[in-house]
Amino acid sequence: MYKYDQYDRAMVDARVEEFRDQTRRRIAGHLTDDQFKPLRLKNGLYLQLHAYMLRVAIPYGTLNSAQMHKLADISRRYDRGYGHFTTRQNIQYNWIKLEEAPDILAELATVEMHAIQTSGESVRNVSADQYAGAAADEIIDPRPWAEVIRQITTFMPEFSYLPRKFKIAVIASVEDRAALRWHDFAIRIVRNPNPENGAGEIGFECYAGGGMGRTPFIACKIRDFLPAGQIFSYLQAVLRVWNRHARRDNIHKQRMKILVHDLGEEEFRRQVEEEFQHFLTLGQDVPQAEYDRIAACFAPPPFETGLADEIDRSDPDFALWVDRQTVTHKAPGYAIVNISLKPIGGIPGDISAEQMDIVADLAAKYSFDEVRATHVQNLVLPHVRKQDLHAVWQALTGAGLADVNLDLVTDIIACPGLDYCSLANARSIPVAQKIAERFADIGKQQDIGELKVKISGCINACGHHHAAHIGILGVDRKGTENYQLLLGGSGAEDTSPARITGPGFDEAGVVDAVERAIERYRELREPGERFLDTYRRVGLDSFKEAIYG
Amino acid sequence: MKILTGNDLKTGKVVWWDGSGWSLHVEDAVDAGEHADVILATETAACRVNGGYAVDAAAGADGRIRPAHIKDRIRAYGPTVRPDLTLKPADPEAGNWVI
Ligand code: SF4
Repeated sequence: MYKYDQYDRAMVDARVEEFRDQTRRRIAGHLTDDQFKPLRLKNGLYLQLHAYMLRVAIPYGTLNSAQMHKLADISRRYDRGYGHFTTRQNIQYNWIKLEEAPDILAELATVEMHAIQTSGESVRNVSADQYAGAAADEIIDPRPWAEVIRQITTFMPEFSYLPRKFKIAVIASVEDRAALRWHDFAIRIVRNPNPENGAGEIGFECYAGGGMGRTPFIACKIRDFLPAGQIFSYLQAVLRVWNRHARRDNIHKQRMKILVHDLGEEEFRRQVEEEFQHFLTLGQDVPQAEYDRIAACFAPPPFETGLADEIDRSDPDFALWVDRQTVTHKAPGYAIVNISLKPIGGIPGDISAEQMDIVADLAAKYSFDEVRATHVQNLVLPHVRKQDLHAVWQALTGAGLADVNLDLVTDIIACPGLDYCSLANARSIPVAQKIAERFADIGKQQDIGELKVKISGCINACGHHHAAHIGILGVDRKGTENYQLLLGGSGAEDTSPARITGPGFDEAGVVDAVERAIERYRELREPGERFLDTYRRVGLDSFKEAIYG
Repeated sequence: MKILTGNDLKTGKVVWWDGSGWSLHVEDAVDAGEHADVILATETAACRVNGGYAVDAAAGADGRIRPAHIKDRIRAYGPTVRPDLTLKPADPEAGNWVI
């Protein structure tokens, strides 16, 4: 994984000291809250319902064991013994004291971590495929390019006061595990398909204008092929066009998706291309040597050869876990292990300090020191020898981390909602818990098959309800919690926005409605169909009839 | 009645105006009435509270003050999904007060 050089270290250390001084001045009363708020937000520090909340960046979801141990340590010393993994592959602490926040940032810096650009109107944490470097279907490891993008978008003056937040994702496979087209800007790494001009060269398929929130839009493809080395020029062109036209006068219209929609795909593309040609002449793109320096940090680990591919499946519980939680690895004899953070009745994405330490130890012992955070709020050990799977499973079982539910109905995304978030209209977590409890039976879950349930506590859609097969949105109905149900969304390569079914429900009502929708699917499905397939074949009306009678 | 709430500047803890200072317990809140704006301005300027605001509240049959909006009741109590981290971890009725 990426290793800081002297410049990275100096920048992060300087930032910690700058924030220490800003915090000191705020506590001394030399800065007002209005003056301090944008400064703390630039360092990932929010004021939430119960305390300050610190969001720590995990670039493209990649962690090593020292970092994971540090996250555990911070949760014990400065928080309440747990953390919450988010849908941007970050981690949040819910009980932070302002007076201790600079010390936490200093602690993070010792393991090459920070909270820079995890909030505010900036380029946020670049997200990527959680299986990067391990996936059998990737063209190359997408993380070196994600890291290049992280570097060129951090502290870049023209990107520092954007109209609104800006989210980027990078993948390198046809299967989309990163909700690519729900991002402001996204790239899929491809080989140049043009046989006359650099066929086989690595480059990017570029997408722009996606996003959830109040006005959901799916990103459109704005370029079939961008030579990889030109990404800085191209990204500057995209951001300049947005900066030029963005509706800074209207908070609901500032995101780039609105501009792409208003200008139209063609005109947006034309303006980006015009700017792009200009930027190319400036010769600012990342030199090959710099890319090579970064890429060297992501060299594949020394996979052993000649390993057995067979797994002893005589223990049925272990076999069940292997079948559901592990994924094919590019190296023979290895597997990708998914660690569920969705125990039945638990809080999606939450993990205790003790569990973090155990995952860190497992990563050090069995996964070349690597852990990944996923946008679905789970963790991954990317490189585990198949012969070690049983030992890993036993350790996870002992830690309460061996739930079997990847991509099933209980693998629910839920934002913090009204239990923690000051912007929330309704609680998300209790709804997730009740759905999980209703479908706790693993046989039933497996019979239902792939089903992605995602819950947001307000229109901001941190819980990705627009991209859910079954989405739930919490709304405030005259001071009481109410839930809208949505069906038919997808964040995968078959991206689609979910549609609202009709009038909302109270908490118990929405859980019943989810069950009725699932029952309708079970009645109507044809062999091999997932919930989403059946929904797309029969349409919303049939499900509405089941839900509302 | 109008009660005042905000967060402690240094710790971020939720606090309630008790007539002379800021308490962690909503039970201590007093009706700020027409003085709400003045109190908030004075306390904010002195950095004794952060992000302060006034909320509607009423005293229940048991005399306990209960903010009108669920958001403020969750602020007063703590996360409903982690009763162990609330101000009343041992009170099984506390959750009902929130909802
Ligand atoms: S979706 Fe709304 S309630 Fe949920 S975390 Fe985001 S802002 Fe908060």
